[in-house]
Amino acid sequence: MSALRFDQVAKRYPGGIEAVSGVSFEVGKGEMVVLSGHSGAGKSTLLRMIPAIERPTEGRVVVNGQDVGKLKRSGVAILRRNLGVIFQDRKLLFDRTVFDNVMLPLAIAGFAPREAARRVRAALDKVGLLEREKAYPIALSGGEQQRLAIARAVVNRPSLLIADEPTAHLDPAYAHDIAQMFRSFNGVGVTVIVATPDEALFAPYGARRIVLDHGRLVTEEAVP
Amino acid sequence: MTIGNWLRQHGKACGAAARRIAGQPVNTLLSALVVGIALALPAGGEMLLVNFLRLAQNVSATPQLSIFLTLDANKKDSQEIDARLKRHVLVRDYRYVPREEARSRLKQTEGLAEVIDSLPRNPFPDAFVVTPKGESPEQLENLKLEFANYPKVEHVQLDSLWVKRLDALLRLGQMLVTGLAVLLGVALVAVTFNTIRLQILTQRAEVEVSRLLGASDAFIRRPFFYFGALQGLLGGVVAWVLVLAAAYALARPVSRLASLYSFNFALRPLPLAESLFLIAFAVFLGWLGAWLSVSRHLRDIEPR
Ligand SMILES: Nc1ncnc2c1ncn2[C@@H]1O[C@H](COP(=O)(O)OP(=O)(O)OP(=O)(O)O)[C@@H](O)[C@H]1O
Ligand SMILES: [Mg+2]
Repeated sequence: MSALRFDQVAKRYPGGIEAVSGVSFEVGKGEMVVLSGHSGAGKSTLLRMIPAIERPTEGRVVVNGQDVGKLKRSGVAILRRNLGVIFQDRKLLFDRTVFDNVMLPLAIAGFAPREAARRVRAALDKVGLLEREKAYPIALSGGEQQRLAIARAVVNRPSLLIADEPTAHLDPAYAHDIAQMFRSFNGVGVTVIVATPDEALFAPYGARRIVLDHGRLVTEEAVP
Repeated sequence: MTIGNWLRQHGKACGAAARRIAGQPVNTLLSALVVGIALALPAGGEMLLVNFLRLAQNVSATPQLSIFLTLDANKKDSQEIDARLKRHVLVRDYRYVPREEARSRLKQTEGLAEVIDSLPRNPFPDAFVVTPKGESPEQLENLKLEFANYPKVEHVQLDSLWVKRLDALLRLGQMLVTGLAVLLGVALVAVTFNTIRLQILTQRAEVEVSRLLGASDAFIRRPFFYFGALQGLLGGVVAWVLVLAAAYALARPVSRLASLYSFNFALRPLPLAESLFLIAFAVFLGWLGAWLSVSRHLRDIEPR
């Protein structure tokens, strides 16, 4: 069973724009995939269909054997709890500390406080933000905010990690660090899907490429 | 979900709501005052009613019925009535007052002795004073009718006819208090409804992100329910304090007034049971307002 399968998926937004058309591909467990394409190619739309934020208008999106389009409200909630998602706009809560932002997924999952605090610190340590746990996101640099978003996505130890342009607006050295971080998650068996316009960044890690052009899949190959 | 887990989730939600309430002291104070003042009206009414009821019970003690026989009734007639009263299930106690006793008692009254002596014959009939078992006006009225139909009975007097009027008055008071409570209760639900709507708006980002991270509907709603209930609790406490303060402020003037009518009466604050009910009612109204608001507004927030 694959971690993720798109089966003739199309997404038409109200208003008639077909953001994704006839896309089929499969991601095996433990794989690392880089999704690239021009701005407006449909990368975010495609990724947002995995946690059922958007529903496909045609075709099927299957996550861990489950047809996402058929899930009820409660099923969607359970699916999201088991995914790690880094959103293009990060979706941080600016009235909560760094620590509390990372705590949120564990609170939702109902972890005991001590175990939760331990996991939060472990995740913050992994992204190098342990010293800033009491800070508010507004006091963080763009790169630090990005790492905070990553810590929140991995704190519940998901088997599938989805990241939408995690290196946008970061200087190259910083972007490289973050790419390295995804590489290390993948190294411990996490399936990783990263959307980025900068596929060269992930090239050294041997990730498979999927390229979108105007909503259509144009390339699907392993990085040489 | 285990019990510990469930408790923890509720504890967290309650804590989060409490922090939000504490984090906006001015808003909280204003809402608590609105809820408190509105609830203080029916609560104060209830306090007066409870006191009035106690006063009424003190004054009337137990009502009595006096049965006056006709003047020509003889010993055998009184024995007949005596026998009937003895068998009657609704009679707690009764006393026979022979006409001679009535006459000699009245004679002891200052200044009346000569008048009574001057009368050609004893004007008093034989009488029975009956203490019934029930106290409701209907029961007393029925007993009165029944006794009046006994042989050789001239007249039956219900000593406390005013018990009936008092009862009607108290019932009216109770209705007013209930009506007031319902009316203001609806207003309070509306107030909470709006407060929670604003809360949901200010926490929009949090709701949206929680949804994205897989929070269940229950998880998202819970803090708002607690917020409504806690606000109700604060309002209920304010109402209770207001009524208590009113009771203390009124205590002296009321007992002075009562002493003018030679009553020994002290206004008491709302009894424990009513106090608890007041607070529980306030909590319930807050929770209800929150529930309605959350059902109406939370579904609109879908992650983008
Ligand atoms: N909510 C929406 N409603 C209508 N149209 C949308 C919506 N979201 C995206 N689109 C359109 O769908 C197309 C694909 O957008 P999408 O955000 O998926 O592209 P992208 O590849 O992520 O671009 P970028 O690299 O700029 O993030 C675009 O034409 C966009 O305008
Ligand atoms: Mg995008």
